Amino acid sequence: MSSNRTIKPSSLSLSDLPWQICWKKDRCTLCGQCTAVCPVQAISLSVFRKRNIADSMNPSNLLKLANSSSKTDSSLQTDTLSHNERPLSSFETYYGIRQKTTIEEACIGCAMCSMVCPNDAIEPRRSHGIDRYRFHINQDGEPRKRGGRRNSTDSLLDRIKFIRISMLTDPALDAGRHEFELRTLLGRILSPKENINRLRNNGWIPPVREIYPLIIGGMSFGALSPTMWEGLQMGVAYLNEELGMPVRMSTGEGGCPPRLLRSRFMKYVILQIASGYFGWDEIIHAIPYMKEDPCAIEIKYGQGAKPGDGGLLMWHKVNKLIAAIRGVPQGVSLPSPPTHQTQYSIEESVAKMIISMSMAWGFRVPVYPKISASSTSLAVLNNLTRNDYASALAIDGEDGGTGAAYSVSMDHMGHPIASCIRDNYLNLVKLGKQNEIPIFAGGGIGKNGNLAANAAALIMLGASGVQIGKYVMQAAAGCIGTETDRCNVCNTGICPKGITSQDPRLYRRLDPEDVAQRIVDLFVSFDIELKKIVAPLGRSTSLPIGMSDALGIDDYQVAQRLNIKYVV
Amino acid sequence: MCRLFALTSKDPVSPMEAIKALNVMKEGHDGSGVGLLLRDLGGPFEEMKDAPILSGIFTEEGIRKLDFFMMEQGFMTKYKMSIKVPKTGMEGIPRRGLYLLRAYEYPDSWDGLSEEDIATRLMMTRLKIRAMGEEKQDMIVFSFWPDTIMIKELGDPLEIARYLGLDRRDMKARVIMAQGRQNTNYAINLYACHPFFIKGYSTMTNGENTAFIPIKDFLSTRDFPGYTGYQSDSEVFAHILHYTMSGLGLGLDAYKHVITPLQDKDLDAHPDAVFLKHLKKSCRQLIIDGPNCVIGTLPDNTVFMAQDRKKLRPGVVGGRPGMFAFSSEICGLDAVIPDRDKSRDIQPMHLDTAIVDPDRQEIKICRQTEPLSSTI
Repeated sequence: MSSNRTIKPSSLSLSDLPWQICWKKDRCTLCGQCTAVCPVQAISLSVFRKRNIADSMNPSNLLKLANSSSKTDSSLQTDTLSHNERPLSSFETYYGIRQKTTIEEACIGCAMCSMVCPNDAIEPRRSHGIDRYRFHINQDGEPRKRGGRRNSTDSLLDRIKFIRISMLTDPALDAGRHEFELRTLLGRILSPKENINRLRNNGWIPPVREIYPLIIGGMSFGALSPTMWEGLQMGVAYLNEELGMPVRMSTGEGGCPPRLLRSRFMKYVILQIASGYFGWDEIIHAIPYMKEDPCAIEIKYGQGAKPGDGGLLMWHKVNKLIAAIRGVPQGVSLPSPPTHQTQYSIEESVAKMIISMSMAWGFRVPVYPKISASSTSLAVLNNLTRNDYASALAIDGEDGGTGAAYSVSMDHMGHPIASCIRDNYLNLVKLGKQNEIPIFAGGGIGKNGNLAANAAALIMLGASGVQIGKYVMQAAAGCIGTETDRCNVCNTGICPKGITSQDPRLYRRLDPEDVAQRIVDLFVSFDIELKKIVAPLGRSTSLPIGMSDALGIDDYQVAQRLNIKYVV
Repeated sequence: MCRLFALTSKDPVSPMEAIKALNVMKEGHDGSGVGLLLRDLGGPFEEMKDAPILSGIFTEEGIRKLDFFMMEQGFMTKYKMSIKVPKTGMEGIPRRGLYLLRAYEYPDSWDGLSEEDIATRLMMTRLKIRAMGEEKQDMIVFSFWPDTIMIKELGDPLEIARYLGLDRRDMKARVIMAQGRQNTNYAINLYACHPFFIKGYSTMTNGENTAFIPIKDFLSTRDFPGYTGYQSDSEVFAHILHYTMSGLGLGLDAYKHVITPLQDKDLDAHPDAVFLKHLKKSCRQLIIDGPNCVIGTLPDNTVFMAQDRKKLRPGVVGGRPGMFAFSSEICGLDAVIPDRDKSRDIQPMHLDTAIVDPDRQEIKICRQTEPLSSTI
């Protein structure tokens, strides 16, 4: 842009952008791989013009200038010119990589350019200070939407320590040699007296699944690419069938491929239903043909990343396959309403949905709601305690991820998970029902890489298990999102790793076999770390749910709030 | 690690027998306290098997409060055994008021009540007395139950026994439980001394209970007023025993299935697999996870020993028909029953509950893999 032209309010310079491309001319071979791979076309091959100034101190420059001048005027011979006749400046052109500054084409920092560059000639660098780009990413009045995460590295869970180490009279257990049974229960567990009573009288006993306490949380077929989803399913099947780890995976709200519905692997799957009912036509029709009952039905009322907001699959990702599985037309955005529309109050919605879903599978499958962490979570829990068919409660904290949401929801809405889980657990303790309705925690577990420590902390605060999503994408598929607003384009279908894309050119980058292998790595290493945490606490034969005396934190107020020890 | 010793004998014996055993196992406890449970009593209490005996420690003020309270309830003192302590104190043993062992006549208004009602009222009376003494620490009550005496004190077991004169001729019992305390995690408190007693069920344990908080939370919300206290993490063992047998109506062989359930492979092969799987799930919060050896007695004077899932604590049972003992170490057993057939000593392993019935004829081993005596 010339300096004498009108500048628009949203005309940005490179320094206004959150990410700047650093390109090294001396290393670039102009192979074009970076420009081809860039998911947002932030860079392109460009012609640069350079003016060279001659000076007497640098004769070689002079020669270069003369040579470049000779290209434009071949009649001019430098050696025949006198000193005064020689040109003092001249221009040269060269090809290079230029970064664009439009809002739509701003670099997202994914660094795919670095990944493909054979010569390490290019990389994005984070802008220092506050970028000005953020004030303009609402063109046409449409606020920023993004996928991914909250973009905050703060983690209370990371600060919780396990302080009650068995010493002196009690041997710490051996994480490598002792037997461990670190499973959890998903389902409505009756009180011991009521259970015996119903066994005696042949009464109905609610279905309860014994599962691994680390669950792959709801990421839909549609939000995830087919290769990613297939990889997850294969990994889960391997963990179950070869390693004997009863790992379960929620489908998210997007239905389930018909072949999987009719396969024996169904028992490893938690089917999710939400307000859009996407995919449920297919599921309902498959019920008579199911070889196995699903592990459970999760009714999603809210997500931690965007509490009170419905799911959203943007039109870019609704291709023929997705449209077929979800039972919708191709190429339309699929926003789920915030709440289930068929009932007029949320309590009734919960009760009716739980009954309907239980009935659909003959009361053989646990049915539970998943809600956003909120100061109203306790009210939901109290409702569930009075509903004999409610199997559990999954609570998703503010650090939960998402395929797509408005930035404002992700950044500013929601409730931290730790105190929400604690309040709910202690409420169950007050009612004496702490073993009857398991609470599952989600949102920000392992956000800084400390998966087992975060999970164990939540379990000891009262969760029966934890759900993870973003961690799976990062560890099992190499998602490059970080908590510093990097990439975050899951919503637009241009995921450069092919994890959240429906474009075959992109998702072919991801080999399902590799994803499966990484899922197995993830769970096996988590298992070892979990044992390394619980063994020194003297626990091995049951998951230490609510073992809050093991926890400490270096913040007095937090310790008081969570009812754990204050340690410095 | 505390040391435990329990004795069940056809003929009444002095509690000094158990103290003797604790003394030879002295390397294993630090002399920070002793707890004694005497049941199936001999001596003067032999004649009043049904009369509830109040065991505790009271200051002068406390005893006045107690007398007033018991009179008001309608209890009449039937017999009291006075424990006189020497005027000069003994180092390491605190000076206290009166060690009370007093048998009462039931109030007239209790006539015609069912056994269960009487049991509940006795427990509530004990809890009430305990609560009355909380504020000023002037009334400490260990048990209030027929044919049962409990004594607890801080200090070295043998010195305490001498100090309290427990070698007296009129103090005898057929079932004795004794624990020499190794103080570890908690401030020394008399209520934290084993054995623990609830409605005829009593246990003592060594080892730490690593799952204490979830278990305590579970028991305290069972809507049963007796599940309280918890000055010691081991008190829950007695309450779980009571909950299993009295609350759920299961047999003693189910106790171990509650505290240390079988793993899936063994459960699948168990004849009562269906029931046990339900029990494991619904009693999940009662699973103990620490290194514990539990010795206990039941209301009918059956004595048992059960080990933790990994059998991390020592424990041996031996004796001869008419007299059997349960001990942390073999030297304890040797000190009390030297003339037994040692080849028949049993060290219960991780699946075992060793049981001696009230007839005291043999040691029965109940393995967790065997069918249950009663399920539903």
